Parts: sequence; structure tokens; C-alpha cells
Amino acid sequence: MSGLLQEMTERALALGVPISVQLDVTYRCNERCVHCYLDHEDHGEMTTAEIKHLLDEMADAGVFILTFSGGEIFLRKDFFELLEYSRQLMFCVKLKTNAIMIREREAARIRDLGVQSIQISIYSHRPEVHDAITLVPGSLKRSLDAIRFLKSQGLRVIMANVLMVQNMADYTGVRALAAELGVECTLDPTITPMMDGDRSVLSLGVDQNALRQVFRDASLVGDVDEFCAVAAPANQSELESLPCSAGHTSCYVSPYGDVFPCVQFPLPTGNVRQQRFIDIWQHSDAMNDVRSIRLKDLTTCTSCSHVSSCSRCPGLAFMEGNMRGPSSQDCERSFARTGVPSANMLAKKNAGASLGRANLVQIRALPVSAATSAASAIA
Amino acid sequence: MSRLYVARNPRVAARSLDGEMMIMSGRDSTLFTLNKTATILWQSADGTTPLDEIVEHRICAEFAVEPAEALHDAEHMARELASHEILQISEEPIPAKDATSGGAR
Repeated sequence: MSGLLQEMTERALALGVPISVQLDVTYRCNERCVHCYLDHEDHGEMTTAEIKHLLDEMADAGVFILTFSGGEIFLRKDFFELLEYSRQLMFCVKLKTNAIMIREREAARIRDLGVQSIQISIYSHRPEVHDAITLVPGSLKRSLDAIRFLKSQGLRVIMANVLMVQNMADYTGVRALAAELGVECTLDPTITPMMDGDRSVLSLGVDQNALRQVFRDASLVGDVDEFCAVAAPANQSELESLPCSAGHTSCYVSPYGDVFPCVQFPLPTGNVRQQRFIDIWQHSDAMNDVRSIRLKDLTTCTSCSHVSSCSRCPGLAFMEGNMRGPSSQDCERSFARTGVPSANMLAKKNAGASLGRANLVQIRALPVSAATSAASAIA
Repeated sequence: MSRLYVARNPRVAARSLDGEMMIMSGRDSTLFTLNKTATILWQSADGTTPLDEIVEHRICAEFAVEPAEALHDAEHMARELASHEILQISEEPIPAKDATSGGAR
């Protein structure tokens, strides 16, 4: 973040202004990515008029950065109408898309409308890997063609590479491809649980060995020793700090009008079909509960050696059951980065050990003689 | 002497934060903040109101400043903002299709 944007964000925080919002305009999608957390059925998306009204409200509330995401945004037939309207309201517009519906004409229109950046999911430089994740044959070629069309219009394109077991070996290839195409590239090992709470997709996340490899790749992290060092214990000022921007300067709105602190923080705070956006932002009890969290309030984490450097996501913690608790994915990252287990991992290990013993007692097979006796007794 | 017309460049992103505009360049995403005077100039830049009228009715009404001096400063400011492609300036009125119609809040 640039110095001036950081300064403006701090001013927005002091003023209680939601400077950045992600708006998912649909959950429908033309890919079926194996790790996706969304329900792709349409359960009643906001209409064009409803979204335009919301955009008016968000502009009035001071929203500056507007990220359109989904689902696949271009599946909405009115998407360019919404995009044009949002630019008339002078939002700084960013797009997240798989881009497979972007051809020369769409790229030119996106340029004409002054979109700030387009983030495109690329899982591998190899079609057999990328297409096996999206479950759409030919999708890598379509997405890469789109990147070339967008670049030819002078637009800023960012490849978003989600790291998982299927493509762990390919991130260097994706980065090389990004360099070849002249676009930026981000790498994220976060896998988000399904919207219905199903956590089975987390099994697609990379393991400790893979994380360690990534965190020791100087081309990604710069100075490895510095990056992997255990941070100094948190001081009082750090303990008073905020966990992240969710609910403070940013929030997320679903295609159905539900407002959440973040796309990765499924705590309902209100619905724009029933309340004004600004009223939800300012007065929702749930939003204010999220706002009240400081690092010093976190259960387990406050005493953790990683507390001042951890990437702990309160949304992932919420999905584990407690927004003030630890986020295990972030614990795993801190461990992979430093080699030092988090307080949460140690607590789980202790609890797990005792639980394990208890489980073993419960499932242990009875000695043959005792089992025979029991069977005899029942008979 | 010819009059100067100013219009907001529709390619920028802009929002008012606590009475001051933050503006992101459409050319290279550089972020700018405008002070209160420049913010008034920006908000008044509809492409059809001449700069001298903006200065007389909006800037001089707001600040205790000599009109001639204010106009000189405003012209300088407008040209600087135009150099960053934040404003468009012309000696003719600027049609609405070339300027943003919505304006930033």
C-alpha cells in the first residue's frame, strides 16, 4: 500500500469510513474449482436496480475502492451496466474474474471504463493442472488469452495463484509466466471452508513441508532469515492494535445483499435490502462486536510468541468457532515460517494427547477372552 | 482575454474524505489528495462554468482572498491538476460526454 493510501486509510479508520468494499454480484460461475467455497446456485441475486441503489449508498458512505467479484462477474448480463454506473460514481474499481469471457471487445470496454486492476485466477502454467482444478477443459488458454487482451489495452493485470496440493509444484512456473506476460502475481496458500461450514476442502491445502519450502524461497520473501525470524514479544501498543481491516475500513456484500465484515468472515451483520448500507456499517451489533476486538483480547493468541507477526485471520478463526480465537491455518503458517509452534498448536497437542488417550480407551478392542465373555453374556 | 473551462477527467477515481478529495490517477494509479481550495475547484469543474466564475462564486466566497490573486492561483492549480490528468482544461466549454457526469461525493 502506498504511503498516501495508508494515510488515507488511517484517516478513514479514525472517521469510521468504509473505504474499501468487495461486492460479489453473483455466486454463479462457469468454472467448478475444486477448492471453491461457494454455492453456485442463484438464490435470488440483487437486481440491477438494487445494486445501483447500493452503489449510490456506498458512494455516499465514502467507499472509494470497490472490488467486483463472484462467482464469475461476467455471467451477469448487466455487468457492464453496473461497471459503467460505478465509474460514473467515481469508485476506484477492481475486478476479480477467471476472465474466460473476456475477449478483445470486453478488454477494450474495461479500458474505456477506467478499471484500476483485474485480478485473474491462474492455478498453473500447465493446462493439465490448471484445467483439472477449474474442471473446465481449455480454461487456462482462455484465461491467458484474456490476460493478453487486457495487457494490450494497457491495463493492470494481477495473476492470483492459490496454492494447494494439486499445484504446489507449479508456482514458480506461474511466476515465470506472469513475468513473461508482464503482469503481477500473488501467491496465497489460504483455503477457505465452504459457506455451509463444510471443512473438507481444507484437505486441499498444502502441508507443512510445502509451506516451509515457500517461506524459504528468497524470490518470494526476500531476506529469508528476516522473514522466518520469530518476532520480538508484542509490546502494549501492538496488543492494543486491530487484528485486520475487516469491519474497520472494509467489508463485504454478497449477491443477496448480506453485509459481512469480510468475504472470509461469514458473520451476518445486516442486509441492504432491509436497511441502508450506512446504518448496517455504523450500527450493526455484530459489526461493532468485530470492531471491539484487539490483539490483547484474543484467547490463546495473546500469549503466543507469534502474536505480533501472525497473519491470523479473524474470519477463519470465526469459522473455527471463535472470532477471538486462533486460526489454525495461520498457526500452521507461523510454524512453517519460524519452526516454533504456536500457543494454539501446543494447546491442541496437549489436549489432543489426552483426547487421544481417551479415544483409544473408548475404541480399544476388548481382549478376546473378555469379548467372548461379553458376547456370551448378551447371547 | 480568453476564459478557461475546467472539467473532471472521467478516467480518475475520486471520493471526498472529511471534506478533502482523494483522487487516483487513471493514467498510473497515483493517489493524490486535494486541499480544500483544490477540492472546491474539482467539485465545481463541470466543464461549462468558466474558471473565473468558479473563483468568484465558490473560492472567494469561501476564503478571504483577492479575486485576481485567487484566479491566478486557481489557473496555476488547474494546469497542475491537468498535467496529472486529473482535470481537463480548455478555452472552450467541455462537452459532458468528455467529462464525468456523476461527480464524486
